[in-house]
Amino acid sequence: MQWVPFWPRDASVTAQSIDMIFIAELALVLVILAFVFGLMIVFGLRYRRGSGANRTGLVKKTWHWEIGWTVGSLAAFLALFVWGANMYVWLYVPPRADLEIYVVAKQWMWKAQHPGGQREINELHVPLGATVRLLLTSQDVIHSFFIPAFRVKHDVLPGQYEAFWFKPTELGSFRLECTQYCGTEHAHMGGDIVVMPPSDYARWLSRQGEHESLAQQGEALFRKYGCSGCHGANSTVHAPSLAGVYGGMVHLEGGDTVRADERYIRDSILLPRSQIVAGYAPVMPSFAGQIGEDDLVKLVAYIQSLSPIDGASP
Amino acid sequence: MTTVTADLPASYLTKENSIASWLLTSDHKRIGLLFFASITFFFFIGGFAATLIRLHLLNPAGTLLQPDMYNRMFTMHGIVMVWFFLIPSIPTTLGNFLIPLMIGARDLAFPKINLASWYVFNISGLFVLFCLFVGGVDTGWTFYTPYSTLFANGYVIPATIAVFINGFSSIMTGLNFVITIHRLRAPGMTWMRLPLFVWAIYAVSLVMLLATPVLAMTLALVALERWMGVGIFDPQLGGDPLLFQHMFWFYSHPAVYIMILPAMGVVSELVSCFARRPVFGYEGMAYALMSIAVISFFVWAHHMFVAGISIYAGIVFSLLTFFVAVPSAIKVFNWTATLHKGSISFDAPMLYALGFVGLFTIGGLTGLMVATLSIDIHVHDTYFVIAHFHYIMVGGTVSAFFGGLHYWWPKITGRLYPEMWARVAAIVTFLGFNLTFFPQFILGYLGMPRRYYAYDPAWQVWNVLSSAGASILAVAYTLPLFYLGWSLFYGERAGANPWRATGLEWLTASPPPQHNFPLTPVVRAAPYQYNPADGSYIAQDGSINA
Amino acid sequence: MRSLRPEPQYATLEQQTETAQLGMWMFIATEVMFFGALVFTYFLYRTQYWEQFRLAAQDSKLLLGAINQAILLTSSLTMVMAINFGKEGRQRLLVLLLLATALLGLCFLGVKGYEYFEDYQSSTVPSLNYLLKPGHHPPTELFWVFYFIATGLHAVHLTIGLGLILVLVWLAQRGRFSSNYYSPLEVVGLYWSFVDTVWVFLFAAIYPLGRAAT
Repeated sequence: MQWVPFWPRDASVTAQSIDMIFIAELALVLVILAFVFGLMIVFGLRYRRGSGANRTGLVKKTWHWEIGWTVGSLAAFLALFVWGANMYVWLYVPPRADLEIYVVAKQWMWKAQHPGGQREINELHVPLGATVRLLLTSQDVIHSFFIPAFRVKHDVLPGQYEAFWFKPTELGSFRLECTQYCGTEHAHMGGDIVVMPPSDYARWLSRQGEHESLAQQGEALFRKYGCSGCHGANSTVHAPSLAGVYGGMVHLEGGDTVRADERYIRDSILLPRSQIVAGYAPVMPSFAGQIGEDDLVKLVAYIQSLSPIDGASP
Repeated sequence: MTTVTADLPASYLTKENSIASWLLTSDHKRIGLLFFASITFFFFIGGFAATLIRLHLLNPAGTLLQPDMYNRMFTMHGIVMVWFFLIPSIPTTLGNFLIPLMIGARDLAFPKINLASWYVFNISGLFVLFCLFVGGVDTGWTFYTPYSTLFANGYVIPATIAVFINGFSSIMTGLNFVITIHRLRAPGMTWMRLPLFVWAIYAVSLVMLLATPVLAMTLALVALERWMGVGIFDPQLGGDPLLFQHMFWFYSHPAVYIMILPAMGVVSELVSCFARRPVFGYEGMAYALMSIAVISFFVWAHHMFVAGISIYAGIVFSLLTFFVAVPSAIKVFNWTATLHKGSISFDAPMLYALGFVGLFTIGGLTGLMVATLSIDIHVHDTYFVIAHFHYIMVGGTVSAFFGGLHYWWPKITGRLYPEMWARVAAIVTFLGFNLTFFPQFILGYLGMPRRYYAYDPAWQVWNVLSSAGASILAVAYTLPLFYLGWSLFYGERAGANPWRATGLEWLTASPPPQHNFPLTPVVRAAPYQYNPADGSYIAQDGSINA
Repeated sequence: MRSLRPEPQYATLEQQTETAQLGMWMFIATEVMFFGALVFTYFLYRTQYWEQFRLAAQDSKLLLGAINQAILLTSSLTMVMAINFGKEGRQRLLVLLLLATALLGLCFLGVKGYEYFEDYQSSTVPSLNYLLKPGHHPPTELFWVFYFIATGLHAVHLTIGLGLILVLVWLAQRGRFSSNYYSPLEVVGLYWSFVDTVWVFLFAAIYPLGRAAT
């Protein structure tokens, strides 16, 4: 679409599809507008007062026309709805990811953590062509993560994880904007998504200095916060083993089954009484208020690492 | 003020002229004028905030106002325009003045509640002015939690109290209209003989009555949480910030229909009168108004597609939103068809009405775009949405309000306004409006977020165009102040029915006597019985006029 | 004896009184939406925090709530009796029963005030004096938040009703009501029934929670 003047860059695999449905709707809109404006102009001229046009024989049974344009509108609208909804499912249900990045938003900056532990502020380096899944949360108020060139956006909420994905198709640097009002410097809570060739990305990663991966840091925290005291192999407390938990189904007390995704793990740490695993007593203490978002992300990454590699994202 | 009413025959204006007779009146016509004064005042306050915003946005670095000040400006603009101008505008002014006249009644069902509504409105206005003067609030008119409850550093509680009290005024006015329309119609005025303006006011009143209390509760919870820290919307204490959004939009989506339905009613009156023919599909138009009112309650989460609701919820609400667009589409097609075989004259009210149809159609069609889930992911919370709703609320409602004001001006004041100036104002409005808001569609698709006090310099050209348009719009909106004011003193005296229109309100003097009709009219005809072929018409009392 | 002409916009007194009733019903509909929003939110959180709300509710003062239920139901009876006497033109009994209704309403407020005092003593007042009991988690405070907002708002509405009843007493003393005109009695009676009904629902939603036999 770059041949259209002023058209925004499209740099992701979904951007072109969104542009396509937008153009199609725009075309329909223009057709309807031409129809309505055209008729208004034609009728306005032809039937202006004093013109000699024939004004007898007004339509009495208007139902025919009304049903006609009602059905027509409805059909067009439903077609648009189906197309849009279908694309929405594609956009908002993350596929299997090549790369998972944790993002924590706070007034007024974006903090990103790569799986290898590399951290960035207000910038996100990603390799071209990789399916990147973002896991986002906020430390304070609601923010919104928006990359205009990728045509993706998702609100970022405090107290829970939101996930979405993108797959960049162009090299370069693309603006990131916060698009949910979050306070004084909302307008300056921007950044850049830097898309690099995969080899450059690998080099960039290694140049970030020695880092333990998120999962390794999480393992240390697992011991530090005392999780291993109950969940470890030698514990005398009857607590669920966490090996292989992530990505699978968990049977709960009361008969329900849930999928153990990032949200489940996070809720288990902060609100352990809300979902008790079947066959276990509700004795796990809550860590709400004791573990910050940055550390939570690492613990989640560690527990993810305890599951088989090909079960990466639920 | 003796020159205004000096040699007018006795009317509601001249009956008594002490301050007390105005401030303690129970006459719906005087109360309509009292409201007109209040909402005009707030229109200029909201407009002043808009002026500052557009001036500030000329420069991408955003240095005219301090960031906090800018953020408070856009918030106050929203709060004042939504609750203190748009929602009350047509119902409390034109609605109050015309409903009893149009149905052949001598007043509303509860005149004292009507007056109380005005006082409650002004009390809420005092709260919002207080909020403004002590420094304002910066949460946006949407008060999203947890920012508003835990992090905002402005005067959130006074602002929520102002809106809470304002809600009572809405409810009192709405209640009065619903009951009046049910019970005080003149003999022969069946439901299907009601002017569409009355249908529109009836529909909007039902929405006001049922939706506003939910807003009241939502804001009460926000204020309580901010004051006492009680965790209703705070995730740290077990609350859900998304719950606020659901509750807020449950009211605020019907609220936007509160803003447009009366305007649609006005436009039907204008188009039929100035095309000299019956509205195309009267029954369809009435049912469309009622279905818009009903369906509007079921689409609220289309404001939350990217907020973290499940994709299934997103799909359901998108579908319902497409449904609510259908009756609006029917109305646009019907208005256009009303021009067919009409005998059209382009007086100022008609220019405003035609402007409404054009601008509302653009706004409504872009509404389809934001209702489309995948497009909305890109344009949500950008200037695209801002342009969409301004096309409807300003291009639509404000145009219709001005059109109705001009149309009924002779009835209300007994004077004719100067036609040439009015046509100039209508045309300048249309042009200025498009220059202001069309570039914002482009800005939105390019990715400029809402509520940004500074922005990417690449977007400057569109912002400058928009601000230029705003200056033209400002002129177009202030012009009527002058020539309408002039007409009060020097305008030609109007007869009872200068437009040769069919409604009952035109069967009594301009301005009307205190109790509207010397004798209760008997209705014998449907509305809009104009004959475009020979210019004759049948008024609603059955009298035939050549 | 005051003239019984209807207001200028009404053709007959009957039209006026019927319209007043319709107005009160419409107003009650708005109140249903107001309280409904609160009750809906309460049930949402109650479902989400199943166990915690039950734990919290066990500390509610069931006896006091039940006494208030009885008081308010009785006041509805006295109100209906007052209206009936008003319709029959029996002035003294009308005034007596209106006063009885008001007195019962006042008793309700008194019991409620005492209940709030007891709640404070047992440290279940969010933000002002709230202590997390052993085995309880933060969501229990949410239960109490809703308890105070709901019963507080109800008390405000009841107080307004009290004021309206006293106005009726004053009007009755001035001979405003007769068998030909008693519309304000019916309208206020309707409002009072609404206040009573809200309490019935609130009582059922709040007090029995967590006290089932299991």
